[in-house]
Order: sequence, then C-alpha cells, then structure tokens
Amino acid sequence: MSEYKHIQTAHCENGVTVSLLKQQGLDFMTEPLAFGLGSGLFYIHIPFLKVNGGPAISFRSMPGSIFNRTCKTLNIPVERKKFRSELEAEKFLDKQLDAGKTVGCQVGVFHLPYFPKEYRFHFNAHNLIVFGREGDNFLVSDPVMETTTSITRAELSKVRFSKGALAPKGHIYFPTDKPIVTEETLRNGIVRGINRNVRDMLYIPASVTGVKGIKHTAKKVRKWRDQVGERQGGLFLGQIVRMQEEIGTGGGGFRFIYAAFLEEAAEILGNDELIGISEQFTKAGDLWRDSALQMAGIYKGRITSQKDFDHAADIMVEIANAEKKALQDLGKLKLK
Amino acid sequence: MKKENVPQDKSSLENFTREVCYVKNKDGKYETELSTGWETKAAALENAWEEINRRTELAKKDCTAGKVSPIAYYLEFTLMDMSVLAGYTGFFSWQIKRHMKPTIFQKLSDKKLQKYASAFDVTVIELKNFNPS
Repeated sequence: MSEYKHIQTAHCENGVTVSLLKQQGLDFMTEPLAFGLGSGLFYIHIPFLKVNGGPAISFRSMPGSIFNRTCKTLNIPVERKKFRSELEAEKFLDKQLDAGKTVGCQVGVFHLPYFPKEYRFHFNAHNLIVFGREGDNFLVSDPVMETTTSITRAELSKVRFSKGALAPKGHIYFPTDKPIVTEETLRNGIVRGINRNVRDMLYIPASVTGVKGIKHTAKKVRKWRDQVGERQGGLFLGQIVRMQEEIGTGGGGFRFIYAAFLEEAAEILGNDELIGISEQFTKAGDLWRDSALQMAGIYKGRITSQKDFDHAADIMVEIANAEKKALQDLGKLKLK
Repeated sequence: MKKENVPQDKSSLENFTREVCYVKNKDGKYETELSTGWETKAAALENAWEEINRRTELAKKDCTAGKVSPIAYYLEFTLMDMSVLAGYTGFFSWQIKRHMKPTIFQKLSDKKLQKYASAFDVTVIELKNFNPS
C-alpha cells in the first residue's frame, strides 16, 4: 500500500475527489478546482419533497456528479459499483483494499460512530475514503475530519447500507488508472466546467433551479408567517440556513469555494477578467451570510414580524440578482 | 468573507472536528481557515433538535394514552420518516401506518416485531412493553 496522506476539505465529495486523484499522482488537484471542474455550484428548491414538513433545498449539484464530471473531463477512467448484497459489497471492498487500492464510499451518517449525535440524521449522501484494513478494522479518511479514523467491518457495512432517500446501496467508486493530464486537458476542463455551470444556473427551463430557484424560495418565505405561523416558519428558515452553512459548504452555500475556484482558474487560464467575477461570487457569499443572520433573528424569536420575513426574502432576491449578473458576465467571457 | 471574520463560536463540532472555511487573506487571495462553529447555524441546529424532542414527547404521550402504537414513538425517537423505516424493515408505508394502530400492533407476530426492533435498535421485549425513559 502506498503511503496515504489525509486531506481535510470543506465538503466530503470534493474531498474524496481531491484525495483519490492526488493518490493517482494528480498533485495539482485542489478542492476549489475539483468543485469547479465538476460544476458543483447550484441551487434547487426541490419540488414536492418536504424535509420535516419544510423546504428541501440544495446549494450544490446532484450527489456524485462532482466526482463523475471531474474524472470525465480529465479523461480519468473510473470504476463504480452498487450492490444488492452486503456480503458481496464487503468482499469487493476487501479485494480492492488487499490489492492496495484506495476507494471512495457513499455512506449514511445516522450510524456513523465517530459523528456526534447532534449531526446524526438520516442523510445518505456522505462520502468517505477507505484506504486500508487491519483484519476487520477499516482505515477511514473522512474529508470533514481533521485526522483519519478507523471503524469495524460491521459499522462500515451498516453505513454503506443505510436506508431512505438516496440510499447508498454499498456504492463504491475509484479511479482505475494513472492518467497523464496535460495542461491543455486541464484548461479545456475548466472552460467546460464553467460553461456547464453557467448553463445550469441560468438556463434550465424550470422555476425551481438556479437563480430563478432562489427567487422561488424567496416568494415562499414571504408567505410562511401567514401559512404556518412564526414558530414553524422559523424552523423552515433554520432548515435553509443549515443546508447553506452546515459542515461541507465552506461557508455561504459553496459560493466562497466557487470564488476560490475562479481565482485559481484566472491563473491557470491567464485571464484576469475572472478575478473580477470571483469578487462578485465572494459578494454573493457574503450576502448569503447576511441572509442567514436575518433568518437567525427570526428563528431565535428576536424579530418575528411580517416585515422581518419580507426582509429575509428581499435579501434572497438581491442574491439572485447578484448571482445572475455574475453568471451572465461569466458566460460572456471568451474563455480558452 | 475575510479571514479575520471567521466565526470561532462554541458548537456541536467541539471534540469532533473543526470545519474548513474559504476566506480572503490580507492580500485579497483565497485560502482556508478552520472554524469551531458559527453561533447563527448552531442555533438553527439547536432549534431542529428542540423540535425533534417536542415531537418525540408528543408521540410518547399519545402512545402511553393508547392512541398510537410504540412504532409511532420510535419513529420519532430515531428521527426516521416513512421511507427510512420502510427501507429498514421491508414493509410498505401503508403497512407501517396500519401497524401504528394499537389494536393491530397487539396482533403482530414476533417475526414482524423483530424487524421493527432491529430498525430501532431495541429488543422485541422493549418494543412490546412500552416504557421509555
């Protein structure tokens, strides 16, 4: 087994992508780069789905898409598998580890032993790396942790086969080859990642995604006080803030990570205009933080009038406009 | 967000990890900084738990009063929803809803109860003799 080096990142899937690719010799890989190559920036107010009766919102693209897109755009061959049987899944994992491979696994956090109880919800799209085993003890590198840890075979199987929405079904994935990524491939990948992100945020013809999605949520926020009351409305707002800020987003609903990506992209592509757009995303991230503060005022019960709900919604509209402008400017650049 | 503005508040991350934030340093460039937490979102998490506890207490009362079966209580206690419980037990959600009626719960076989017990991480005896602390 080659020496494994743990890397802590803001977000789990970015982290798994960075670590697995570095393991394959892609030393230039960073978290913002993986996020940007994988077009991770997004917004969706998922229709018809309720979480605890409240809104289901995501600030990033579909789970799995960051790893997939980043590998695809860099021409890195990937193996991925899901299983019906826990035993088969265990055997397959053992085989890969015994062959010296490092692999990514999708898991549920509810039964993850090293997570504190406060964070253990039935959330099934967490990702971690398994980089070795000592008998029935598996060495785990969880990107949101500061150090590596280990869990038992039974514990690992349990989290790999957690149930509910987005159930992992033993999902395991890893790059299968050490490719040579040329400067040109990387540059093309960055341009492609940016263009795809502009498309996803601006041009999906649906009112619940991208910048339109942010306005969609804002409209609902204005109605909550009348519809469900101050207490329940406050809980809904708290839910937005948690999606936006809880471990994994790097702050401001991933907007700061994206700004960091554009800064790196400016250097790699030698395009200074990207710096200005990076600034715009930093501002958007700061606005998201302001919005969280306003919402917190409501769910802490400090300010609960309709005017306060409206103010929270106003900030969201301002964010939507700021991001729209930034993305339009980004789309106008002739990148290459 | 500027590096010097990264919140270092007390939160549930304590003794677990510090989280990576992306921040601007003095030269206006991005770098990462570790944070122990942000009070604003810690309050949101706390509220969410208060709500869970409120619902669990409510289910406990209903169960003691014989309005619902212990399954309804443990569903709340383990933060599950229908799709999660259906996943762990193999029952359909309409079956689970039936099993939440005390009269129907009484007649369930030990084999079926065992599925619920495993999902909730309790024993069949605990499930049958509802007496949560």
